[in-house]
Amino acid sequence: MIALLRRDLSLAVRAGGGFGLGLAFFLIIVVLVPFGVGPEAAVLSRIAPGILWVAALLAALLSLDRIFALNFEDGTLPLLATSPLPLEGVALIKGVAHWITTGLPLTLAAPAFGFLLNLDPSAYVWLLASLALGTPALSMIGTFGAALTVGLRRGGLLMSLLVLPLYVPTLIFGAETVRRGALGLDAITPLLMLAGITLGSFALLPFATSSALRVNLK
Amino acid sequence: MSIWEYANPKKFIATTTPLVPWVLGVAIACLVVGLVWGFFLTPDDFRQGSTVKIIYLHVPAALMAINAWFMMLAMSLIWLVRRHHVSALAARAAAPVGIVMTLIALITGAIWGQPMWGTWWAWDPRLTSFLILFLFYLGYMALWEAIEDPDTAADLTSVLCIVGSVFAVLSRYAVNFWNQGLHQGTSIPVATGERTISDVFFVPLLICMVGFGLLFLALVLIRTQTEIRVRRIRALEIRMRS
Repeated sequence: MIALLRRDLSLAVRAGGGFGLGLAFFLIIVVLVPFGVGPEAAVLSRIAPGILWVAALLAALLSLDRIFALNFEDGTLPLLATSPLPLEGVALIKGVAHWITTGLPLTLAAPAFGFLLNLDPSAYVWLLASLALGTPALSMIGTFGAALTVGLRRGGLLMSLLVLPLYVPTLIFGAETVRRGALGLDAITPLLMLAGITLGSFALLPFATSSALRVNLK
Repeated sequence: MSIWEYANPKKFIATTTPLVPWVLGVAIACLVVGLVWGFFLTPDDFRQGSTVKIIYLHVPAALMAINAWFMMLAMSLIWLVRRHHVSALAARAAAPVGIVMTLIALITGAIWGQPMWGTWWAWDPRLTSFLILFLFYLGYMALWEAIEDPDTAADLTSVLCIVGSVFAVLSRYAVNFWNQGLHQGTSIPVATGERTISDVFFVPLLICMVGFGLLFLALVLIRTQTEIRVRRIRALEIRMRS
């Protein structure tokens, strides 16, 4: 499992674009929003939690189709399926690798983007905490969507349609945490809910992902 | 004699073909009686005026929209466990009916909300979760269409249906947390049995609910038969070509 993780990570680093592309996309969304809604600081700081979370979600979505597509095309995926490692483990590792290449850099860079959107100073802790706890769920759900559509030639658009409704609870709790943090309210409840979703998706979704992979490899 | 005998497509068609006209007939009779009674023979509500009458379309459609998804979930589980093709096809057949029911509920709700709440749409938990349900139906149907091999499509949509159900329920409670509602609570709580709706409105509403349920059943049976026949034609074409 560790070897697979290291292989995926080094592939992402050496092929280029793994870390950078998602971050650049995140930056562009954050830069575009003030053009859309106007530069008033009060408006921006009010919508900043939602924008940051939606941007993180779209940036995660952008790189989903690369989780399995390349492995499927060059035949690595059947090899992984026949290896002694259970396919559930492969699914889990793929999700973790996706999180390390997209979710983790996003989480670390998010405070800088919050600065651009004039986020309330008291919300930075909650922004970091909610992204750190919530983006792994985005990666696991996305891995499931990628497994469903891996056999399709033009699966990208369909995958967005399948994955985005699944992101709704994560988005609600994540953005709610930051919003409450910015207003100085009790933000721990939505944060705990978010952690619950993440733990639940880590526990259950690898099984769904691997069963979808098995069907597609049949 | 077990219920699984009807999983044989031939037996399924043979049993349901004579049933369909009856179910459809009773459904139409119920709908005509319920809607005419509801629209023309009940008094106007003293606060809502005649707009209250949209309840006879809105509530049954919303009820069936949710139950259609549950039926698809049950059919998906049966397909994954017992590999009966009829159940996969029934799940496929139910999706378009369910999405239309969802749309009816959303549109009639908007028409009712305009004079009553002063807005066509509000980001209320019930409304929002219905919109999310609509998106789930869309994704489910799109996945069926996208995959060519029928067995693969049945497997993948079944997995999606199960995962989607979990997330749909999660979303339902998450949006409750996110925004307090404008939508009134149910007038007919099944668990407590205390109704806040007068019998004058309740009896035609009940008839409409039965009518919508039977209509859903009839449409799903017809559509399932169609799917089975499409499958047969495809098999025949392949055999003739080889």
